[in-house]
Amino acid sequence: MQRPQVFMVRVVVSNRDGAGDPEGDTIYRDLVSKSGFKQVKGIRTGKFLKVSVEAPDAASAKTLVSKMCDELRIYNPAAHSITVEV
Amino acid sequence: MQAKVAVVRFPGSNCDLDAVSALRTFRNVEADLVWHEEPSIGEYDAIVLPGGFSFGDYLRAGAIAARSPALRRVRESAERGTPILGICNGFQILIEAGLLPGSLLRNNSLRFVCKWVTIRVENDSTSFTRGMRKGQVLRIPIAHNEGRFYTSERELRELSDAGQAVFRYSDERGRPTPSANPTGTLDGIAGVCNRAGNVVGLMPHPERATEPILSPFGSADGSLIFRSMLESI
Repeated sequence: MQRPQVFMVRVVVSNRDGAGDPEGDTIYRDLVSKSGFKQVKGIRTGKFLKVSVEAPDAASAKTLVSKMCDELRIYNPAAHSITVEV
Repeated sequence: MQAKVAVVRFPGSNCDLDAVSALRTFRNVEADLVWHEEPSIGEYDAIVLPGGFSFGDYLRAGAIAARSPALRRVRESAERGTPILGICNGFQILIEAGLLPGSLLRNNSLRFVCKWVTIRVENDSTSFTRGMRKGQVLRIPIAHNEGRFYTSERELRELSDAGQAVFRYSDERGRPTPSANPTGTLDGIAGVCNRAGNVVGLMPHPERATEPILSPFGSADGSLIFRSMLESI
């Protein structure tokens, strides 16, 4: 059995498309577009959590964080989507 | 009969004393300020979760308070049919605890909106609206940054069909016009209830509209919500 290591798991919570993102829209419209970055076609904001997890391997670290996010409602499934990456 | 009502204080609550004061305008009410860790929360005839910024609104407004021991007790009381009212941050907490459907997102304007508005009663059979009539317009203030109700189209249809959209922003004549919607909230929703109708959350502040002298419009419409609560106990 592998010895536990500490993995850094990254969680990003953002509004679902239908829920709108007034902050992302404002950054895009009033800063980025107006400053000449015409190749940029849209911006979405979100909340970022960096989670240190002790686990035997990367996959189980990710599973644990996903479970934590669901159980503790780190995101509200009615409005948010979430990505979890190790 | 004296009705015993708990106003739950979280770290960061700041409308708690206003709520106690509003409740004490009724002679037959014993209103207590109860710290969120107190086991006695479950022993009250009605529970009010007041406005403020519980736990600094960290993570998301209401998300941390929703996991506090108080909400476990509130959930048990809700299941027994106890009237539960969430005002502003209290509404956010009830949503984050899953006691009410949907979500409350940042206002479309990205501004904290603080003003007197008018709302229309859409369901007059909940524990907090039974003293009103459907279509009645209340004058009441709002003060929040995250009050834009949102949910999927399917859930919106389901909760609307079930009468769970209790209050909608409207103009003074009760018309739900876009200009009467202060935050971009979905379908003009200002407050919702659970299926049973004993748990109600709303963004406006009824406790700030219980004494005419404190309102620029002389409004005491917020009292109707507390009076309905007392009729439901």
